[in-house]
Amino acid sequence: MSSIPIEHGLVLSAILFAIGLIGVLTRRNIVFVLMSLEIMLNASGLAFIVAASRWGHAEGQVMFLMILTLAAAEVAVGLGLIIQMFRQFKTIDINVLSEMKG
Amino acid sequence: MQEFIWLLPSFPLAGFLILVLTSGTLSRITVAVIGAGSIGLSFLVASIIAVQFLGSGDDYYIKEVWAWMSVGGFSPGFSFYLDGLSLVMMLIITGVGFLIHLYATGYMADDPSYSRFFSYMNLFIAAMLMLVLGDNLVLLYLGWEGVGLCSYLLIGFWYTKPENGYAARKAFVVTRVGDTSMAIGLFLLFAQLGTLNIQDMLHVAEVEWNIGSGLAIATTMLLLGGAVGKSAQLPLQTWLPDAMAGPTPISALIHAATMVTAGVYLIARTHVLFQLAPSVQLLVAWIGLITLLMAGFTALTQSDIKRILAFSTVSQIGYMFLGLGVGAWSAAIFHLMTHAFFKALLFLASGTVILSMHHEQSIFKMGGLRKALPVSFASFLIGSLALTAFPYTSGYFSKDEILLAALELDGPGIFLWAGGVLGAFFTGIYTFRLFFVVFFGETSGHPPEKEVGGWHMNGPLIVLMVLSIFGGFISIPVDAVFGHGESHEEHHVSALVHGFMVAVPLLGILVSYLCFHKKVFSIEKLMSYSISRRLHKFWHSGWGMDWLYDRVFVFPFLWLSRINHADLVDRFYGLIVEVSKSANKMVVKSQTGYLRWYAFIMALGLVALLLLGIIL
Repeated sequence: MSSIPIEHGLVLSAILFAIGLIGVLTRRNIVFVLMSLEIMLNASGLAFIVAASRWGHAEGQVMFLMILTLAAAEVAVGLGLIIQMFRQFKTIDINVLSEMKG
Repeated sequence: MQEFIWLLPSFPLAGFLILVLTSGTLSRITVAVIGAGSIGLSFLVASIIAVQFLGSGDDYYIKEVWAWMSVGGFSPGFSFYLDGLSLVMMLIITGVGFLIHLYATGYMADDPSYSRFFSYMNLFIAAMLMLVLGDNLVLLYLGWEGVGLCSYLLIGFWYTKPENGYAARKAFVVTRVGDTSMAIGLFLLFAQLGTLNIQDMLHVAEVEWNIGSGLAIATTMLLLGGAVGKSAQLPLQTWLPDAMAGPTPISALIHAATMVTAGVYLIARTHVLFQLAPSVQLLVAWIGLITLLMAGFTALTQSDIKRILAFSTVSQIGYMFLGLGVGAWSAAIFHLMTHAFFKALLFLASGTVILSMHHEQSIFKMGGLRKALPVSFASFLIGSLALTAFPYTSGYFSKDEILLAALELDGPGIFLWAGGVLGAFFTGIYTFRLFFVVFFGETSGHPPEKEVGGWHMNGPLIVLMVLSIFGGFISIPVDAVFGHGESHEEHHVSALVHGFMVAVPLLGILVSYLCFHKKVFSIEKLMSYSISRRLHKFWHSGWGMDWLYDRVFVFPFLWLSRINHADLVDRFYGLIVEVSKSANKMVVKSQTGYLRWYAFIMALGLVALLLLGIIL
């Protein structure tokens, strides 16, 4: 099996991470912010997979499974919070949640 | 009965407690009965004790009631010491005190704070008895501070007027200077002699200290500081004239008859120490002389009836100090007693005058009052005669003894005597100036319709009149206290000198008669010269002592407190506060509440850390 160079995988992972970060920073809809977070998580998961296949270790895959679980739990909590937020504020615009400022 | 001596301060103290705890809910009659009655009971007990004590022939009697505290070797007790000196003092305090309380039930009849007045008065009597009966200096000091407190409370009795509060604070602060000096004196005495029991202390001091030793001089100077503060002598005399802001019975009781003589009592009580320090004893005489002359001049220029009497009080206590200073201990105590009689009489009579004139105190707004106010007139006549030492009145005997003792002193004695005689001349002038201006001459302003009175106001006046005339024939049993052979020694002076001493006050009365009654010499013409106007102003202000103290102490203190208001230490701490505040403001600005902002900062921080890792 012809192996893909590790650099390609890492660059893809970095690009995905950057896309996710930009999404978190710029999106106003909180659902999209959550999705961008998922992209960032998966980007880091991809980096683990690439590294694991490069060195032939199983830990990277274990790590990816953990990230997957984490992401699922995070989404469950996050969606719960979003529902609460919608009930309270009748909106899902994240800028509305800026009352706690100095 | 002597073992019941603890009852003496207990009655007034109980009266005080009852009046304070009921806080003005009792009827006026009840308050008057409790207030004056408690002192009456004390006087009754004091008289019985006095009779028994004099009958027993003992020199002293000690009653230990209970131990106050016991720390190491220091164990002052609530013990009472009775000898000739404390006997005389306790009879004056309870006797004159009772008369003044009785008078005050009438004088204060219209005052809304009737109950408060009598509670303070009772507390004062209790503290004063503690002062004179205590057998150790700690108990004496307790009474000493107690009377100071009551003096403060009663000067500021009509507290709604700010100037009364000012006078009260002034009296308190000025006497505090003396009290501090006295407290240091007590510490020094205890450190050196190991006891504060007065009699033990005097015995130890007599054995251990040489005449004129440094310790004797230091302790007596410190005690003298306390005495001049309480007794309003130079240099702490400025508070007494202002203390006249209180009700007139207070002026009679505290600021004439009893409390201000506490300094005289203190020196007489510790006279052994003063004998060990002859230089300080002589200083006492000079302080007395200078004070009595200064106060005499000032009294000449005052126009407020109570202030004249106040300066006269300062002057008479000056005589007592003069007597103490020349070693005429019993003569000084004798003068203390006669002064208590005639000055209480004068103050109470002036109270009647003031009340009859609807609280008018300027003597130049009175005049020709002898018909309208017969009782006050008689009181003032007798009181003034006794004050000027008219022959065979009470003041004559006591002042005579003091001046003769001064004359017999070698060295400066002749100057002290001459000064004292000059003071007696001025006493004659200022006393009868008051007398002639108030009771003779044409009536000016609104003459009173009738004299305020009643048996409880006139009764004490009559008793005090009798005492002022015949008080000189009382012989006080203080020989055992001051050592025998000191007081009843015949004074050998020529008839010429003695005649001179009798004539001088009479001459003063004559001058006063010519100036203020017959108007042979015109005061207006005298006042037309600028020098006499300036002198008048100078004397009127009490020799500028208040002015001087304002400049030397009060203003520098205010200035210091003003610049210290924003001092360097404060500025340092203020800087810390400013820095934290501005830092806080900056951090607060970063707290926008926007989630993306926080995420961005986190990402930025991460990048910065990574860059840092790469560079390093």
